[in-house]
Amino acid sequence: MAGINVCNVTKSLDRVVTLSNISLSVECHEFVVIIGPSGCGKSTLLNIVSGLIVPDHGRIEIGSEDWTGRTGRISYMQQKDLLLPSRNVMDNVCIPLLLKGIDKMRANETAQAYLKDFGLEGFENYYPRQLSGGMRQRAALLRTYLFTSDIMLMDEPFAGLDAITRRKMQLWLRELCSTYRPSVLFVTHDIDEALLLADTIYVFSPRPAQISLHIKVQPGVGSKNEELKQEIMAAMEADEDGTQL
Amino acid sequence: MKRLASIGNKLAPYITAFLLLSIWEVAVRLNHLPSYILPSPLQIIKTLAGTFPLLLMHTASTLEEAMLGFILAILIAFLTAFVLDYFYWLNQAVYPLLIVSQTIPIITLAPLFLIWFGWGLLPKIIVVILVCFFPIVISLLNGLNSVDPDLINLFRSMGASRIAIFKMVKLPSALSVFFSGLKISASYSIMAAVIGEWLGAEQGLGYFMTIAQKSFRVDRVLAAVVVIALLSLLVVKAIDLAEWLVVPWKRKQEEREIN
Repeated sequence: MAGINVCNVTKSLDRVVTLSNISLSVECHEFVVIIGPSGCGKSTLLNIVSGLIVPDHGRIEIGSEDWTGRTGRISYMQQKDLLLPSRNVMDNVCIPLLLKGIDKMRANETAQAYLKDFGLEGFENYYPRQLSGGMRQRAALLRTYLFTSDIMLMDEPFAGLDAITRRKMQLWLRELCSTYRPSVLFVTHDIDEALLLADTIYVFSPRPAQISLHIKVQPGVGSKNEELKQEIMAAMEADEDGTQL
Repeated sequence: MKRLASIGNKLAPYITAFLLLSIWEVAVRLNHLPSYILPSPLQIIKTLAGTFPLLLMHTASTLEEAMLGFILAILIAFLTAFVLDYFYWLNQAVYPLLIVSQTIPIITLAPLFLIWFGWGLLPKIIVVILVCFFPIVISLLNGLNSVDPDLINLFRSMGASRIAIFKMVKLPSALSVFFSGLKISASYSIMAAVIGEWLGAEQGLGYFMTIAQKSFRVDRVLAAVVVIALLSLLVVKAIDLAEWLVVPWKRKQEEREIN
């Protein structure tokens, strides 16, 4: 089990400062949500954490190792399911195991054990395009989980789903995390989603992103707390120069 | 009613073809055209039946050249696409040339191959390769380049090597584009072999046609044309079958859309 430390990360893309001195941490088993307006650099941060992008300054520590600019430790899940249309559900979720050099038989066995909890039982042989959006996201999540079971990054994973499916998926994810207890770094721009899922919330300001609020959510009360919502909303709009969201 | 209409839709092209052939038949008979100018469809069928063993023999050698060339073209195209995809700078340097090279009518080069490679099998196969190679390699490269970059990033974040990404992500997603290029090439392959034979050969449908044409046996030329058309159709259908086998996810998806 491991947590993530993001230490003083700064990144400019096309000479625009996107992330400005971001420091945050995800403890073991903690569900951390980053919330911020669209285009504030949340996805850039996840790309940096996963090692795809090298930050201009700062470090990424996973466990107590330095993983700055190195891939292969944590994978992440996006709004797009990014399942391979050429492979059925079983072969898709097994990909991380195959990439790690595990043979197909053993990979299938490993994945099989999780199918029920991930709501994919009976759909192993379906191709992604034959499944509903919610189911595809569950398969994508299982693939992410099988790559690294201790840490998961999610970038607005439910944003492309309809309202009812999204709600179901949020509740299901909460269940799942209380069973498997991974450390999660979850990005969203949906305040209700953040309050429902998070142990800790970091609110990002518009570009250049800075952390404008850091809240620990009390379990159970979060989703009803209108005051907290107002506070988050205010923090998200902080320093905004004219452009309404 | 709807079903009847759909049967009608399927039959429509056959009916049209039948009508056109009938007009041709009637026109030839009414005008008493001699068969060394234009034989009627029935005459062509008669010739086809009469020269069948001969045609079969020539077909075999044309088919051999076409298929050898076609398969070699596929192999070379795959190799080229892989190398160009792997080395980005090479792709930058070569891809535009590939496109521009398409302005050279290969058929006009064919006589040179006779000079360079003689009268045997080789010059025909080279013509077939040159004609078939480009549609395949272009469709492969386009397919490889059209993969969602997020998908590639995902695989990179999972620590996948470039070879693994090529094998798991790029190649499968390029396949459906590849098959459309392949169908074009397949239908060209027979034609290319025939053209290779026109210029100088000792057997093959192209050779058969040249001999027939020199003795004003227009019926024989057209009988060969019928065979060439049928062969091309057959090859394209074979590619369809191959696609059905190799890209099962595409057909599964269509099945779902129908349901």
